[in-house]
Amino acid sequence: MNPPEQGFLSRREAMRWLAGTAAAGSVAPAAGAPGETEPAPPALPGRHPVHDPDFTKSAVFPWEKQFTPEELRTTGALADLILPKDELGPAASEVGVPGFIDEWCSAPYEENREAGEVVRGGLAWLNTESFRRFGRPFDEIETPERKVMADLICDEATAAPDLLTGARFFKRFRQLCLGGYYTHPATWKQLGYVGNVPVAGPYPGPPRELIERLGLQDVV
Amino acid sequence: MPILTDRKTQTQYDAIVVGSGAGGGMAALILALNGAKVLMIEAGRNYDPTVETPMFHTPEQAPLRGERTPDRFFGYYDATVGGWQVAGEPYTNKPGSEGAFWWWRARMLGGRTNHWGRISLRFGPHDFRCASRDGLGVDWPMTYEEMHPWYDRVEKLIGVYGENNGIENAPDSSPGVLLPPPKPRIGELMARKAGKKLGVPVVAAHRAVLSQPLDGARLAGELFPGNARAREIMARDMSLRAPCFWATHCVRGCSIRANFQSTTVLIPPALATGNLDIITDAMVREVVMGKDGRAAGVHYIDKPTRRDRVVKAKVVILAASACETSRILLNSQSKDRAGLANSSGQVGRNLMDSVGTSLGAHIPALEDLPPYNEDGAGGLHVYTPWWLVREHEKLGFPRGYHIEMGGGRQMPTTRSFGMLDAKAPGVYGSRLKEEARRYYGASFSFSGRGEMIPNPDCYCELDPHVVDQWGIPVLRFHWKWSDHEIRQAEHMQKTFAALLSAMGGQATPRSGREAIQRPGEIIHEVGTARMGAKPGDSVTNPYGQTWDVKNLFLMDGAVLPGNPDKNPTLTILALAWRGTEWLMEKMKTGTL
Ligand SMILES: Cc1cc2nc3c(=O)[nH]c(=O)nc-3n(C[C@H](O)[C@H](O)[C@H](O)COP(=O)(O)OP(=O)(O)OC[C@H]3O[C@@H](n4cnc5c(N)ncnc54)[C@H](O)[C@@H]3O)c2cc1C
Ligand code: SF4
Repeated sequence: MNPPEQGFLSRREAMRWLAGTAAAGSVAPAAGAPGETEPAPPALPGRHPVHDPDFTKSAVFPWEKQFTPEELRTTGALADLILPKDELGPAASEVGVPGFIDEWCSAPYEENREAGEVVRGGLAWLNTESFRRFGRPFDEIETPERKVMADLICDEATAAPDLLTGARFFKRFRQLCLGGYYTHPATWKQLGYVGNVPVAGPYPGPPRELIERLGLQDVV
Repeated sequence: MPILTDRKTQTQYDAIVVGSGAGGGMAALILALNGAKVLMIEAGRNYDPTVETPMFHTPEQAPLRGERTPDRFFGYYDATVGGWQVAGEPYTNKPGSEGAFWWWRARMLGGRTNHWGRISLRFGPHDFRCASRDGLGVDWPMTYEEMHPWYDRVEKLIGVYGENNGIENAPDSSPGVLLPPPKPRIGELMARKAGKKLGVPVVAAHRAVLSQPLDGARLAGELFPGNARAREIMARDMSLRAPCFWATHCVRGCSIRANFQSTTVLIPPALATGNLDIITDAMVREVVMGKDGRAAGVHYIDKPTRRDRVVKAKVVILAASACETSRILLNSQSKDRAGLANSSGQVGRNLMDSVGTSLGAHIPALEDLPPYNEDGAGGLHVYTPWWLVREHEKLGFPRGYHIEMGGGRQMPTTRSFGMLDAKAPGVYGSRLKEEARRYYGASFSFSGRGEMIPNPDCYCELDPHVVDQWGIPVLRFHWKWSDHEIRQAEHMQKTFAALLSAMGGQATPRSGREAIQRPGEIIHEVGTARMGAKPGDSVTNPYGQTWDVKNLFLMDGAVLPGNPDKNPTLTILALAWRGTEWLMEKMKTGTL
């Protein structure tokens, strides 16, 4: 007999549940032990989309996404500048990177909340800077203009002191772009990941040429 | 497959097994194969890996691209219901504890065996005689020679790949027992080459993964010579397990049954005997005692209805995972107020975990290599057994560690490109993709798993103030590492830094105190109701029978008197099988 199947929890319930576990110190990097709590948090009435997901169904992102349509447009424009469509693969927006960044910044964990502050603040900052220089928000300017903007903030080490907010945002945003981009299978071949396919017989191991190139013949 | 028998239970069983993980699964299988009527009681939900495992699911199908979160610590696809935190079931740490103990619990049929690392190492001859060798800890109530055939049996039953290397205190299996190991990946070969320079052996890992199909008929014939029914069931079931197809990570579980999970290897044939009933979502609260001083059964909470229930059996076997087994004992009523089977006062004491720390680095030689499939056996192909067995005087710490390692091009995660912050700052556009391709997978890391010696400051006990949502008093932990472990962690860091540097990488070793992972974090917690040669300083005899209650057995990591560096599960399985055979012998002769 299976435990009673429950519908997905509403956001409010999910948050209440999370508050229960957070009070119990479950946030991984925290110093306290998980489970330090008094009295006991309530158990889940059934399966929770994160705590006990049902892998036979499509996954559910259990929290409300926070980005406004404007923020999503800015995210898409910048993500596609950072990872454009070219011979090395699709554009970031073609593999769901903006949606991923929205998800990441909307999740209720400490790390994500902090990322949300940096990213949403950064997107707003970017639009204001774009308006100052070009009279329009970032997603409405052309690619060469976007490059001008990106060049100003892409490197924390060389960015002008008054643009450091933008530079810190760009660094964080670029990491999220990379993370979202390369976790999509459409990018794997060009990245060099060729796994996740079944292979019959014994595991083939690294090709001979590779072993020779690295001088490892004596240890195979 | 683990389809549950009806929730109805019979009025009387030969044996009740509490917990369905490694220990409980093994005990239930051996009993059922021998005709005993068994009831398995599991606190977690029913779980069927053959349909529930997200084998080929890719990250973009998951929230947050499958990344680990505080409540899915090993990632979204990890085969765990539970984790560091189980809602409604808290635990606490006692004031004065040096560092809080972290307690990982899986609440599902099969327990933690659904997602464990499958690393399956035998304890060695010195491990069973540790106190005689260096005066620390306690000797085991048996020798390696006595355990050798049981390890052989377990390895044959579950299927373990590996190699016999004749290394002191890292025992060889009997000929024909191990399955051939998969070829090392490129980074693993580099580690082997680095190890050669430094005198650190890097040999085939031992993991409970089928590198080829099992010859069910032969193996079942050898394992169950006098039992035709067992032979028939096991021959069929073992032959039905598919070999590994070198894709998908083992922590997600394995729907083709190529690796060891209680739910794919032990429970299905146990159910096929018709002798096993299972109820899930049933949280055992205590062992119920009869007037005659014998265990009469167990009292559990039926979670869906929150009703208290009692079931009865001639024998009660606890295998709820080490700490939980001790908790059940401490919560059970007995003449002395310190819990059941605790005349020695050792229940909850001698809590041990493994010493763990890791170090990794970018390896330039791995940059931009022509791609090949490095998924392999969903875990490591090589490892380093403890190689300085005779050097302890010089080393300044008494016990050893083994090294686990990995790197290269595994399925990308959202954190796979962190090194581009340092390696390619300021880059965006097509060039960023070139940099990503260059650095992806160009790193390697080492993790140590070291032996901890039991000490009086590491224990669990009932928290006098807190109960869980079922009303059951919870555990609270107390911990203190000794210098043995801290020094060992420091040695690990130095060794890893030297290996990484011999591979062309650069990493700065941390001090032992900084580097040692949290108590409990390695999830090898054992020892809270240890076995021994005589009552007084131990809770059970060498077969897991409690000294105080003759028909009460413990068959999980609780009984381990020590915690050698070689992850505990293979030994838990071997002890459970051995103990169950002994128990059946006693039942047959009416001497239980
Ligand atoms: C990420 C990870 C990696 C690991 N890797 C390795 C490895 O590579 N090698 C190795 O040797 N070990 C490894 N381990 C450890 C291994 O999982 C355990 O040693 C093993 O599962 C212990 O088996 P067990 O039967 O004692 O407990 P479990 O497998 O935990 O099973 C206990 C079961 O009892 C149930 N239970 C608990 N309390 C009650 C109750 N009151 N009433 C009813 N049921 C109850 C639980 O729900 C659970 O299902 C790893 C563990 C983790 C988490
Ligand atoms: S790597 Fe092999 S054993 Fe592990 S889950 Fe995949 S198929 Fe199963």
